[in-house]
Amino acid sequence: MLTLVIFLPLAVALALPGVPRRAVPWTWLGVSVVELALVAAMWAAHGTGGGTSFETDARWIPSVRAGYHVGVDGLSLPLLALTAVLFATCAVYSLRNTHRVRAFAMLFLFLETVCLGLFAALDLLLFFVFFDLSIVGMYFVILLWGHEDRARSALKFFLYTFLGSLVLLLGFIGLYLGADPHTFDMVELTRTPPFAGSPGLAGLTLLAVGAGLAIKTPVVPFHTWLPPAHTDAPAAGSAVLAGVMLKMGTYGLVRIAMPLLPDAWRRYALVMLVVGLVSVLYGAFVALAQDNVKRLVAYTSVNHMGYIVLALGAAGYAAGDTDARRLAVTGAVTQMVSHGLVTGALFLLCGVLHDRAGSYDIGRFGGVARRAPVFAGLVAVAAFASLGLPGLSGFIAEFQIFAGTIGTGTAATAVTGALAVAGILVTAALFLRVLHLVVLGQPGELTPRVTDVRRPELAALVPLLALSLLIGVAPRVLLDTIEPLSAAVVALVGR
Amino acid sequence: MNENPADLAPELCVLIAAVLGLVNGLFLPRTRQWRVAVICAAGLVAGLAVAGVAATRPDLMAFDAFEIDPVTHVTRIVVFGSTLLVVILAAGQVRDHPRESEHYTLILLSALGTVALGATSDLLVLVAAYLLASIPAYALAGFGKDAPGTEAALKYYLMGALLGVVMLGGVTLLFGVGRGTAYPMLREGFADASPAVVAVGVVALLAGPLFKAGAVPGHFWVPDVTEGAPPAVAAFVTTVPKIGAFAALYRFGAETSPGGWAVLVAVIAAVTMTLGNLAAFGQDNVRRLLAYSTVSQAGYLLVPVAMAGRTDLAEPAVLYYLAAYAVTNVGAFAVVLAAGRDDLAGYTGLLRRSPLLGLSLVVCLLGLVGTPPTAVFVGKVLMFGAALDGGHAWLAVVAAVNTVASVFYYLRWIIPLFGRRTGRPAPRPARGASTVAVVAAVLSVLLGVGSGIALTAS
Repeated sequence: MLTLVIFLPLAVALALPGVPRRAVPWTWLGVSVVELALVAAMWAAHGTGGGTSFETDARWIPSVRAGYHVGVDGLSLPLLALTAVLFATCAVYSLRNTHRVRAFAMLFLFLETVCLGLFAALDLLLFFVFFDLSIVGMYFVILLWGHEDRARSALKFFLYTFLGSLVLLLGFIGLYLGADPHTFDMVELTRTPPFAGSPGLAGLTLLAVGAGLAIKTPVVPFHTWLPPAHTDAPAAGSAVLAGVMLKMGTYGLVRIAMPLLPDAWRRYALVMLVVGLVSVLYGAFVALAQDNVKRLVAYTSVNHMGYIVLALGAAGYAAGDTDARRLAVTGAVTQMVSHGLVTGALFLLCGVLHDRAGSYDIGRFGGVARRAPVFAGLVAVAAFASLGLPGLSGFIAEFQIFAGTIGTGTAATAVTGALAVAGILVTAALFLRVLHLVVLGQPGELTPRVTDVRRPELAALVPLLALSLLIGVAPRVLLDTIEPLSAAVVALVGR
Repeated sequence: MNENPADLAPELCVLIAAVLGLVNGLFLPRTRQWRVAVICAAGLVAGLAVAGVAATRPDLMAFDAFEIDPVTHVTRIVVFGSTLLVVILAAGQVRDHPRESEHYTLILLSALGTVALGATSDLLVLVAAYLLASIPAYALAGFGKDAPGTEAALKYYLMGALLGVVMLGGVTLLFGVGRGTAYPMLREGFADASPAVVAVGVVALLAGPLFKAGAVPGHFWVPDVTEGAPPAVAAFVTTVPKIGAFAALYRFGAETSPGGWAVLVAVIAAVTMTLGNLAAFGQDNVRRLLAYSTVSQAGYLLVPVAMAGRTDLAEPAVLYYLAAYAVTNVGAFAVVLAAGRDDLAGYTGLLRRSPLLGLSLVVCLLGLVGTPPTAVFVGKVLMFGAALDGGHAWLAVVAAVNTVASVFYYLRWIIPLFGRRTGRPAPRPARGASTVAVVAAVLSVLLGVGSGIALTAS
């Protein structure tokens, strides 16, 4: 079942050259909806219990003990669902696309397989295969459908994240060699963590794995590939890149770095806290200074991903209160989902703006609310969700992160947590600035070109924001799914 | 002593095909010389089949100098397989050429020398195999009798002769130290010999195989021959002799384990991959680009060679990477042959003109980068693993940085494929070469996905 879910988009992508051109967008949409239904069915079958469901473990490269091992649990299910939702949204959003439609659909279906596979992988080598392919896929999305300086941005994206992936690979090989017997299987590695008794090597391996994932996340100072990649990518590409692919980094931290290297994680938890805090503050302040609305959203991603790293760092303080650490991990996973939905929506809204006016420059818009009331309303909701207004998903996630981080009770977590709250303030300021300059105020020079959202765009945006609202109002199902997992992760880090 | 010629059956198949081809070529009219290609291909297929059967039997030693073990099995299969692809490529190029049959025969003889190079565990046989692998290749490089070809052949020959003599000097020295030329004897001899003499001997000996492998400092011929020789020959000399050279290097390192081997080869590896990559950056001629790419690939291949005897991952890494590299490299050259263009600009819009061919090139180039799930990716994972496990983490880091750098020039070739062609339409891609390109691309993906099966079998 899980294998079918992962590879169905790829199979359809391979069959797509045989589909008549007119039917291509609808085929793409159909598959995405089927995927969404299948993931929802898996979630229903898994319920809110602990443990792994839909596990498949086939031999792949037995001589190095790497297998095709996939399964879903409380960590992967929310992210699989997020992936399915965002890709379906992109399919809807791109219904009116006319530029190389077939290749675009094929590439996105390929990327969907890659993202789903990554979040389901329980084998380091398999994880890496999907991790690397996501870079190749996104490179072509930016190169072929981007705008402005796309070749340069795409190349920077490829080289930077590819370097990260190779560092990650070295870390994985370190884990493989550190385990006894050598294996790439995450479940076995979790059972008996590698490098028992050699903390120096464990620290080095954590450095490699951590750096590789940090580039993907991205955290300061490894974030410089992100703004150009986002600015020049097409709207749907940005939505997937920010909504799904950035999560690969933090997902890897929770799935691989924390359970497999618990000693090292505890020892270097302070580094994670500080890196998270710096990302939160730096991302927020730099976003405040942006005049390009897409760059602005890109920097808020750095800020939001910083909260996740902060919370995961706090979870490494074994001396702290266990319940608070669980809360921090739950908050971190919730933030991954929330950020995916909200940032996806924000990037699609940027895409609408660019589609109409051909510019992202905040200063050239103004008073859009009068020309495009629905668009303005959607921007307002997305902005409030992103800055963490109660009643929307961002609040649930960030509240748990702060409560958990500060509640851990050690001096370091309390101080960094308290400082990070300032990030929320800056984010609020910058989104209010955007609303003030773009949506309200005097009409700008490009405002007359902005027409209201069209039906496919509306159909793509409303579900994302509705889900954010749903999580904000009734988070129980999501949190109940995550909680057994966060308890398990905290226990694993604590041993 | 085992002197059963049947143990060399795969080599004999190819030798018989080469001789039959030559004799037939003498009597066939010029327009029917294509039959020689069929004979040669049949010999290679038979050799492949017999080698496959032989791979299931236990290891043994033939004629006291020819080891039949997993290294030899893989060398045979990869050499014969890639030679078969090259013969198909060449058949399209030299059709009705006055010396058509000689072309195939020379290719087969050089391939035979390559197999012997990889299989022998005796220095004297190593020298003989080196000559057998090299001399036909010199002739092939100048086959076109044009100015670039002549220059290429001369350069190739002078480099080969010079480094061959240095190698002979090394062999003499090692013979003096080890009181024998067989590897087991040398191993004992090295133990109580002066380390300095052994070091000088080993360095001199390395000259020959490094020349065949196209690694620093024996790499000067690679770009000129790749650009000047006929393209099918370029595909051959940058792929096939390397296989035997790396097998020979690995075998020598693992079986005699001279002191300082790991450090010496590791440094050569680091220099080779870095130099190859840096030189490839500015190339606008795709054949020169591929030539420098093969130099950098030689650097990666030397990593597990350096780790010979230090980790269990070294042997699978060398063998798997060789197979992966051979398939992918032949694929890339096949696209060059099919497209018939040497400049990067000539590839603009290829993906639109012939999607299959363009896609094969994308797969092969991304494969050379080491993108999963192609075969080179698995080879690279094993290579990194061997370096880390062998205690040379710095080498793994150098290789990783080089891999990232290499993305840049492979992408320089990939980006134009998606462009829109302006101006006059290009000629249609050659049918045979296109097929080889597609087959190689598919093989490289299959070998990557099915790496479990391939690794267990070796």
